[in-house]
Amino acid sequence: MSLAHRIIPCLDTDGERVVKGVNFVNLRDAGDPAALAARYNIEGADELVVLDIAASRDHRPTFLATIRRVAAELAIPLTAGGGVANVDEGRAILRAGADKLTVNTAAIRNPKLLTELAAEFGSQAVVLAIDAKRVGDRWEAFVRGGSVPTGIDAVAWARQGVDCGAGEILITSMDKDGTRSGFDCPLTAAISAAVSVPVIASGGADTPATFLEVFRDGRADAALAASIFHDSIQGLGELKHYLSEQNIAVRETA
Amino acid sequence: MNIALVEYGAGNLPSVERALSRLGVQSRRASAPEALAGCDALILPGVGHFGALMRSLSERSLVKPLREAATQGTPLLGICLGLQAMFATSDEAPGDAGLALFPQKVSALPPAGRLPHMGWNQLRRARPSRLLEGVPEDAYFYFAHSYAALDAGEAGVAYCDHCAPFVAVLEEKNVFATQFHPEKSGPVGAQILANFLRQAEKKGRG
Repeated sequence: MSLAHRIIPCLDTDGERVVKGVNFVNLRDAGDPAALAARYNIEGADELVVLDIAASRDHRPTFLATIRRVAAELAIPLTAGGGVANVDEGRAILRAGADKLTVNTAAIRNPKLLTELAAEFGSQAVVLAIDAKRVGDRWEAFVRGGSVPTGIDAVAWARQGVDCGAGEILITSMDKDGTRSGFDCPLTAAISAAVSVPVIASGGADTPATFLEVFRDGRADAALAASIFHDSIQGLGELKHYLSEQNIAVRETA
Repeated sequence: MNIALVEYGAGNLPSVERALSRLGVQSRRASAPEALAGCDALILPGVGHFGALMRSLSERSLVKPLREAATQGTPLLGICLGLQAMFATSDEAPGDAGLALFPQKVSALPPAGRLPHMGWNQLRRARPSRLLEGVPEDAYFYFAHSYAALDAGEAGVAYCDHCAPFVAVLEEKNVFATQFHPEKSGPVGAQILANFLRQAEKKGRG
């Protein structure tokens, strides 16, 4: 008996529709979030993440409606986020039906936000999302959808974020995102070694072997992917069966 | 069937409501003592903080009616923090008394692994369980917590191991609880809720 490694499809949305791009740019439409959520719920996803990558204040009501529509399709946990800057916005996302929320840019500007969110909703509901890019011999955290460098070391920031109250880290490798060249195992392993909370690896998912690598070498607790699932390049059942055969604990569904 | 979900300003009621409605059962929300009266079953969902939950129940004058319902035979299901609330105290909020349906306490899981305990895990069965009827032995359930009851005496019918063995399923007479979230645990979670509803039906036929 042991905790299963989670496989998490991610729906990047413009608030309303699922979009996708490479290295955070060239976005194109990839479908209806509720329809994809319904499919992943049945196919054996362990959790679903829905992000509002536009994260504009004007579109917030639209995104909340999207969360409600997605949550209605799920009998698995839902994590949502994008532009959450205060406790009230976090509450709105949880009230709409998310079990956990992600914070990114606002937490770097004000790490106390993590403490406030954890005090209000519990650490288990607060996921610190970090977009990291290799710069020299370390990884630097970027904000605003990966467009703005911060000069902050991603590993040190993960550690500080957990100290402030984050209950989970979602680490996205900007170098790997959308490339289908495998997860960034050294980055994931560095984060994983630095914190005591679960770590979700994101960016670069491709073959089942890339998931095996990030669980085994990257020490990830969960792995997140988007396009390989949206485009049915990789089936969830088949992926989990492969991992199970490689002695990685996963939840296989009938 | 008259199922009431205890509403206390937190918790994830919509997901429990949706899970029940998929089973063909409409529930209602109860946030005042009179709303607890006359129901066939009560569900105490929960996420968040033990102290906040108990204070919130107290402000709504729900502590005594909940205890009475439990001792008078109304089927009661606690979920996650709702399980923890059934104990006397919790390390999470040492100054706040729980519902004390069970005399033991809720402890912080020791830091022997990643915490919070977040994700899908399996159960180890200790005693026959009505909630787990028809559920495969190797089924996975969704957990998200850092505190747990390490002991519940004879009422602990199934355990989970993460950092320490802890009570995952609790049953004593009409009182049931799960540390995991059945409403988030896919088809096997639905089975747990259906098994609980069967207890409520029995009460309804009375």
